[in-house]
Amino acid sequence: MAQAYALDTSQEAHMAEHVILCCVCGVAIPPNPAAMCGTCLRNEVDITEGIPKSSTLHYCRDCDRYLQPPAIWVKADLESRELLAVCLKRLRGLTKVRLVDAGFVWTEPHSRRVKVKLTIQKEALASTILQQTFVVEFYVSHQQCEDCVRVAAKNTWRAVVQVRQKVPHKRTFLWLEQLILKHGAHKDTVNIKEVKDGIDFYYGQRTHAIRMVDFLNAVVPLRSKTSESIISSDIHQSTANFKYTYSVELVPLCRDDLVCLPPKLSRQLGMLGPLVLVSRISNSVQMLDPSTLKIADLRTQQYWENPVTPLAEASDLVEWYVIDVQLDGPRSGKNALASVEVARSNDFSKTYLARTHLGNLLNPGDHALGYDLNNANFNHPALSSYFESRSSKFTLPDVILVKKSFPHRRRRARPRNWKVKHLGKEEEEERSGRKDKAADKDRDLELFLRDLEEDEELRGMVNLYKASAQDRQAMTQHSDSMVDDGQDEGGDENEDAMEESEGEEDFPEIRMEELLDDMERLTVADE
Amino acid sequence: MAVRAQFENSNDIGVFASLTNAYCLVAIGGSENFYSAFEGEVGDAIPVVHASIGGTRIVGRLTVGNRNGLLVPNTTTDQELQHLRNSLPDKVAIQRIEERLSALGNVVACNDYVALVHPDIDRETEEIIADVLQVEVFRQTIAGNVLVGSYCALSNRGGLVHPRTSIADQDELSSLLQIPLVAGTVNRGSPNIGGGLVVNDFAAFAGVDTTSTELSVIESIFKLQQAGPSYVVNDLRNQLIDSMT
Repeated sequence: MAQAYALDTSQEAHMAEHVILCCVCGVAIPPNPAAMCGTCLRNEVDITEGIPKSSTLHYCRDCDRYLQPPAIWVKADLESRELLAVCLKRLRGLTKVRLVDAGFVWTEPHSRRVKVKLTIQKEALASTILQQTFVVEFYVSHQQCEDCVRVAAKNTWRAVVQVRQKVPHKRTFLWLEQLILKHGAHKDTVNIKEVKDGIDFYYGQRTHAIRMVDFLNAVVPLRSKTSESIISSDIHQSTANFKYTYSVELVPLCRDDLVCLPPKLSRQLGMLGPLVLVSRISNSVQMLDPSTLKIADLRTQQYWENPVTPLAEASDLVEWYVIDVQLDGPRSGKNALASVEVARSNDFSKTYLARTHLGNLLNPGDHALGYDLNNANFNHPALSSYFESRSSKFTLPDVILVKKSFPHRRRRARPRNWKVKHLGKEEEEERSGRKDKAADKDRDLELFLRDLEEDEELRGMVNLYKASAQDRQAMTQHSDSMVDDGQDEGGDENEDAMEESEGEEDFPEIRMEELLDDMERLTVADE
Repeated sequence: MAVRAQFENSNDIGVFASLTNAYCLVAIGGSENFYSAFEGEVGDAIPVVHASIGGTRIVGRLTVGNRNGLLVPNTTTDQELQHLRNSLPDKVAIQRIEERLSALGNVVACNDYVALVHPDIDRETEEIIADVLQVEVFRQTIAGNVLVGSYCALSNRGGLVHPRTSIADQDELSSLLQIPLVAGTVNRGSPNIGGGLVVNDFAAFAGVDTTSTELSVIESIFKLQQAGPSYVVNDLRNQLIDSMT
C-alpha cells in the first residue's frame, strides 16, 4: 500500500533552513503543527480509519446491472465512470474525508473482484492535512434484480388496463390507437395485447396504469372498475404484493351509429330524436337529430344510467344516389336541413324522400351513405316502446342519410400519400377463422382511414405521416387484394367513362402540410 | 537531570509549578506525587514550597521569579503572601504588583539576568521587574506570540522556544539573552513550552507525554547532563546548533 504525506508548509516557504526535531524520532524537519515527521504522523494516525477496505457489489447477471442501494439498479461496464460511482457510494466513511482521486486497478473480468484505488486527504491533527492512497477491494456477488426476478417468475406486470368495447368492429380502437400514439400515452407499457373486443395494456407499476385510465377518461366515454388480486403477503411486516386490474368499458356507440333513444333519455335530452345519429365521440357522446338539426351531448354517467345499444351501425350503411335536393331553410353550423330524393345506387326502380342534415354537401348526382330503414327489420326494445305507446304518432323514416360518399374516386385505388402508425400489439393466440378476422380488420382499417380523409376535425387530433414510395407500393398491392366494400358493387361499371370526366371535385385530399416526416424511417434508411 | 512529571493527570506541569535557582513553588494538590517529584530531584538544594495564589493552584502561570526575587499578582491574598515570605529564603525579594496582565508567568519569561516581557505590559511593571528580579527587561514576542512566558523556557545556560520561531528571531533573542536557544516542543509536539516545562540551571521537569527525543533536546540545550555530555546528546546539540548558525 503506497503512502504519501503532504504537510502544511505554506507558511514556512521562506525559511527553508529552519528546522526542529521530530518529537518522536528526532529527525530534523521543518516545523509543523504536529511537530512530527510524516512517517511518525502516519504511524500515529490512520486517516483511512472508518473506511472499509473491502465491500460487496451486487450484480445482476441477467441484465448486467449493479445495485446501488437501496433499490436502484445501474447499468455499468467494468472500469466505467458509472461503476466507479456505484463503488464509491458503497463506502460509508468517505463522507468524512476529502476524496482526491479514485480509479480502478485492473483485475481479471472473471475474477469477480473490482479494485478501486483511492487517494484521500484528511486533517489529522490541528491544521495538518495528511494524504493517503489505498486500495479497496469489492467482491462482486450475484443477485437477481427485481425486474429479472419477475421475468423469471413469469410475473412481468403489476397492473393491467383492460379496455373493452362490445361492438363487432374495431374502428373505435383504431381511433384510440392513434390518440394514444399522438399523446405518447403508451410509453410506460410493458406489453400491449389485442384481445377479443378490446386491448389489454400491461404496466410494471400501478401508477402508470392509473395514468392510462385517466388519459382514457379524458378522451373517450367509459366506465372503469378496479380490482386487485393478492400475489403474496408478509403478515409479520403487514405488507402485501398485489396485481391490479383496471377494467375499462367504452360506451358501445360509434360515430355514424343510428340510435333510437328510449323515451326517458329522449326527454332528458330535450325531446331529442328519438332517431338520432352519433356525430362525435369525445369524453361524452354527441348526438345529432338529422330531422331537426338539434345536437345534444350525452354525458358518460347519463349513458350508463340508461344504456342504449345502436339500432344500426356503420356496417349497415348502404349507398344512395341523390336525385334531387331541396333545402328546407334551417341551418345549424355546417349542417343544413334538406329534403332529398334518393334511390339505392344499385336499384333505381324505387325512389325515397329523406330529410337530412347534409343539405350543404349534397348535390343532385352525388352519392351518399345512409341507413335503409324501409327494408330493415328491427327488434329493439326502445323502438318497440314507441310503437306500442298509443299516444305518440311515431313512424320510421324510410332513409336516414349519414354522409357523402365518393365511390368513383375510391374505386381507382390510388395509393394514399400518407399513413398512420400503429402500436406494437401482440395478438391473442387462440382464434378461429383467422382469415375472416384479418379481412374484417383490413376493412375496418380502410373505413377508419376514409373517415380520417373525410373529416378534417378528426384529422387534427391525430398524427399523419408522409408515406414513402415503399409504403405506397405496399399499399397498392394491399388494396388490390382487398375487397372493396360491397356496397357499390355492380350497377355503375358502364358509367365509369362518364364519371371519369365528371369527377368528384370535393373529394377530400389531405394536403402535404398536414403530414409529418416519419423520423423512424429516416434513421433506419438502409432497411 | 530532566525528568517527567504529571499534575493530577495533566501534562501541563508548568501551570502548577514554578522553578528557579533559589526556590521552587508547587501547587497544593490532592496527592503528594507531584510535590514528591520536585522534592526528590531538587529538594536537597532549594526549598520546595506548597503555594496557592489568590486561592488558585495555577501558581506557575500567575507568578514569575528568579534567584533574586518573586513577583506575584494583585490577586494574591495577604495570607498567601505571608506564607511565601516565611517559606522562601531571605535574600529573595517578594513583590506584589498591580498589573492588568495578571498572569505574570505568561507575560514574563526570565532567567537570573534577562527578562522578556509582553509588549503591552505597564511601564511601572517593567521597572518593578527590573528592580525586584535584577534583570534587563526587553519587550519581545516569540514566533509572533505576545505571551512570551507561555512559549519559551529559559535558564542561565540555554533556552527552548516555540517550534515556529524563525532563525532570525532565534538569533535576535539569543543575542539579547546571551544564551543558546533552540526551537522545540514538549509533551509530544505541543508548542506550549512554558506550560509543559519548568527548568533551572540544574534540573528540568517536563510533562509525562514528553518523548525521549524532546527530553534529549531539553537536556542538551539546558546542559543538564551531569556525567558530561554523552555522544548522542553531543551529536544532537551539534546538529541543532549547526542548523541555527
